Amino acid sequence: MREAYIYDAVRTPRGKGKNTGSLHEVTALSLATQALSAIRDRNSLDTSKIDDVYLGCVSPVGEQGSDIARIAVLNANYAETVAGVQVDRFCASGLEACNIAAAKVKSGEAEMAIGGGVEAMSRVPMGSSGGSWATDPSIAMKTYFSPQGIGADTIATKYGFSRDDVDAYAVQSQQRAAKSWKEGRFKKSIVAVKDQMGAVLLDHDEHMRPDTTMQSLASLEPSFKMQGEMMPGFDAVIQQRYPEVERVNHVHHAGNSSGIVDGAAAVLIGTKEMGEALGLKPRARILGGASIGSEPAIMLTGPEFVTKKLLDKLGMGKKDIDLWELNEAFAAVVLRWVQAFDLDMEKVNVNGGAIAMGHPLGATGAMILGTMVDELERADKERALITLCVGAGMGTATVIERVN
Amino acid sequence: MENFKIDVDADGIALITFDVPGRSMNTITASVMRDLAELVKTIKTDANIKGAVIASGKESGFCAGADLGEMNQRGAAQAAAPASEDEKLKKQFEQSFSLNRAYRDLETCGKPVAAAIEGLALGGGLEMVLACHYRVAADNPKIKLGLPEAKVGLLPGAGGTQRLPRLIGVQNAAMMILQGQDKPPQEAKSLGFINEVVAPGKTIEAAKAWVKANPKAIAPWDVKGYRVKDGPFTPGGAMAAVGGNAMVSKQTNLNYPAQRNILSCIYEGMQVPIDAALRIESRYFIKTANTPQAKGMIRSLFVSMQALGKGGNRPEGFPTYEIKKVAVLGAGLMGAGIAYVQAKAGVETVLLDVSQESAEKGKAYSQRIVDKDVSRGKITKEKGEELLARITPSTDYSLIKGADLVVEAVFENVQLKADVTKKAEAYLAETAVFGSNTSTLPITGLAEASVRPKNFIGIHFFSPVERMGLVELIRGKDTTDETLAKAIDYVLKIRKTPIVVNDHRGFYTSRCFGTYPAEGVEMLMEGIAPAIIENVGRQCGMPMGPLEVSDSVGLDTALKIGKTNAELSQQDYKKDPRANLLSWIVEDKGRVGRKGGKGYYEYGEDGKPARIWPGLSEKIEVKVKECPPAMKEELTKRFLFRQCIEVARCFEEGVITDPRDADVGSILAWGFAPYSGGCISYMDLFWGTKKFVEEADRLAKQYGPRFEPPKLLRDMAAKNESFYERFGAKEKKAA
Repeated sequence: MREAYIYDAVRTPRGKGKNTGSLHEVTALSLATQALSAIRDRNSLDTSKIDDVYLGCVSPVGEQGSDIARIAVLNANYAETVAGVQVDRFCASGLEACNIAAAKVKSGEAEMAIGGGVEAMSRVPMGSSGGSWATDPSIAMKTYFSPQGIGADTIATKYGFSRDDVDAYAVQSQQRAAKSWKEGRFKKSIVAVKDQMGAVLLDHDEHMRPDTTMQSLASLEPSFKMQGEMMPGFDAVIQQRYPEVERVNHVHHAGNSSGIVDGAAAVLIGTKEMGEALGLKPRARILGGASIGSEPAIMLTGPEFVTKKLLDKLGMGKKDIDLWELNEAFAAVVLRWVQAFDLDMEKVNVNGGAIAMGHPLGATGAMILGTMVDELERADKERALITLCVGAGMGTATVIERVN
Repeated sequence: MENFKIDVDADGIALITFDVPGRSMNTITASVMRDLAELVKTIKTDANIKGAVIASGKESGFCAGADLGEMNQRGAAQAAAPASEDEKLKKQFEQSFSLNRAYRDLETCGKPVAAAIEGLALGGGLEMVLACHYRVAADNPKIKLGLPEAKVGLLPGAGGTQRLPRLIGVQNAAMMILQGQDKPPQEAKSLGFINEVVAPGKTIEAAKAWVKANPKAIAPWDVKGYRVKDGPFTPGGAMAAVGGNAMVSKQTNLNYPAQRNILSCIYEGMQVPIDAALRIESRYFIKTANTPQAKGMIRSLFVSMQALGKGGNRPEGFPTYEIKKVAVLGAGLMGAGIAYVQAKAGVETVLLDVSQESAEKGKAYSQRIVDKDVSRGKITKEKGEELLARITPSTDYSLIKGADLVVEAVFENVQLKADVTKKAEAYLAETAVFGSNTSTLPITGLAEASVRPKNFIGIHFFSPVERMGLVELIRGKDTTDETLAKAIDYVLKIRKTPIVVNDHRGFYTSRCFGTYPAEGVEMLMEGIAPAIIENVGRQCGMPMGPLEVSDSVGLDTALKIGKTNAELSQQDYKKDPRANLLSWIVEDKGRVGRKGGKGYYEYGEDGKPARIWPGLSEKIEVKVKECPPAMKEELTKRFLFRQCIEVARCFEEGVITDPRDADVGSILAWGFAPYSGGCISYMDLFWGTKKFVEEADRLAKQYGPRFEPPKLLRDMAAKNESFYERFGAKEKKAA
């Protein structure tokens, strides 16, 4: 059986996803190009040996449209023979791109590939690509379409997480992210983004608020109360799917949900043989990946089910995993996952997550995969499970194992 | 052409007079649809015609839309036609699309066409107007312009869902169509679907002037390069689409396919050119018309309501009973409400109570409503005063003299009712009717106090009287057809819908309605989380959750009834776990329901339910905490089947005999899932008696004999006979 190895992982810092964010002034193409260039340069890659580049991107319109992966390959001066394809599995696109790369490598279709992602949310706003799920009555009503925030608040209500619970988790995310930056835990992966002249534009995650406290969060108004209770009244819609919910408790707000940011990431994945031929040292082995569909109205419970699916497939149990990484889309999503598997919080999202650092939709999966490669090495651990909740009710997960 | 008359004037402008022969109102009949094709051809090909103005030949208005009665009949006939499903659908499409095609041909005839509207234009009538290039309406705020199809479970199928959003924007149009709203001319003009408003009587002149000045008119959407500005994938349009879906989901609980399909027509139609859009609309029209919801709603909410509102269940052979004066006994909440609706309908009303003060208090109820209506401009001060002057509050029974009818509305106490009956009859003419407003006491028993039991009848009003449209008439053993006819005339006079039932404990409505909260209690006893019970109750189409209903009725009242029933059947009520629960809540916990501010619910200061009382779990352990879709479906069935089976029992026992009464009564009296067309239509159209009985048997096996179908239903199921086939003789006679 062919194996898929991770040889390297890079990511850009995450810029605030608004027009005052540092990365607002560079294009999405430039972000993707810089990630691809960095992974080539630091590994002295002969890019003609790369078969394909998979980049996650959730709003593939405007400058992110028309297969940004292939365009970035060309812009990064990769060999002309390197193909590229844009991947959309909503928030898990970046991880899905890596899973596809690994699968292609394992199947023999590719020897060396890159998985990654890009999302310039300050430039191509979330939702720009339209789509029928929320707009077409024939599917919106059938599936009780409700925005993610309503789903997250419903998870909090249904599984009993109070405003204090979710805020406490958010404070922890900020503290862990701040500590990780202070200790240089991300330095192996971070490549500063350069501007049009080539000067450094951003070298750190600028969305973080390390001095966040329970008090400072307490002053924030819930973000989804209005659209839930008043116009257009999504609470009543999601209650049609969950009649057990007497009233949705709106606990999420900007401080305990993932931040909107810009960023890109790339992960180099290949066979043992091609790695050796290129003089690369494998860092981790991809043991397996999986995706699953889950109930779409609540939308964000997929990680529980995909985690179980993947661990079962790999014949593994809780004890086999040392580090657990779930994208912090909303605090309650993580809390529910931890509750479902009764996980030790000390092993979950150990370096903080998207609540502190932000969630550049198409790139995040590849970013947190890279973070786990670094952390397995730093903490001297064996295996990590990486997963994300996904729009329209899905979950995607990957299990990796450190090699050296 | 029998429906349209053409007069070409000196300028070459054809005045088309729309005038369906033999009817007081223009509707789009099959004959009109045939004529339209010819009409359009004439306008298009007659070289003498330079343009056209369409006006109505009726005083009553322009056109009221499709002929729903005809459609109801046609629907029944079509079901029999043997064909493959595909052929059947395509045939239906052709039939339905022909009107769309005719209007589209009118719109693209190459000559300017304007509509002159002097009276209401609704549904297919307004759609004809929208297909004209220019629309002139008379300046009269009483003129209704709208697309009411959604109210009877249909959608506008002749371009309404396409032209209106293109004219006034998706959001405004969606709101109007989804709710079936109508607008007066000035508002229609500011919205943008009427071009000009002129003095009444001047519309034809104005329309002709426009036609003369605009020889090359075409519709905006036929101008080259036209694009819908607010379709679903435009910045503003996307938000409106998402919000619209959520709002309709919330308001309909997905029980009304018409509303969903209207949104689909708009969503899909705004993305394509008008011709494709009209085909899409016609397909959704057929899809909608074929649902049991549309069939049930058209029949019950339109055809039957109209028939009953015209005395469709009145015994024949008796002259109309003129109601000029009515005495109301008891000026409590019900009596006061009855006095108000009578006075409003022009009936001289004597409002009697034991003290002048109580009687005056009863009249004050009308005063409050009148004051509010006057301040809101709903009626004039003079009309209000006239209304109030018709009510005479008094303690003097001799004022009953000359009354055509007496409504007794005193407390539910047999002795008290007997006393006032005797007292009143002393002054009542021999031909006058004595009506007792009771919701539970058997009429035959009450009639024993009467010297004229033949003239005695139950007249069961619902609270609040001024808002509830139904009156349940209960025939006692001796009540004559003549008395019933008179009582129906009375109900029609006060503009309510009468249904006729026979005497039985709880009659029809109270008896069947009670099964809904009762099933809620069964679920509670099983340990199903109260939130699930309440939410599913509302979501399956009932106006409130069953526990909230119990709270509104009063838990102490329910306990009292439970105790009485136990006594009657010589059982210890405490042995019944339901009664046990009730007595714990009422007697131990002091929670009597909404009126006491605490019951199954906790109530806020505004008197509205704040949350389900958490203390309930002290008594009943919650065992079922989640409600996946399969369970929701099961609970929905339990709620609806339980009520329907009780209705079927009423038929078996002869309590009710006309399915129209049963259907309309179930919707108007206790709000049974209106999308179904009522309890009977739910059985007939959503299941068919055969499948219904199979499912009821399964429920009975699983949950108990309360779901056991009565023998009548089994007999019908053996032939898969519907209630309307078996009991619908009156309906056929009326048609």
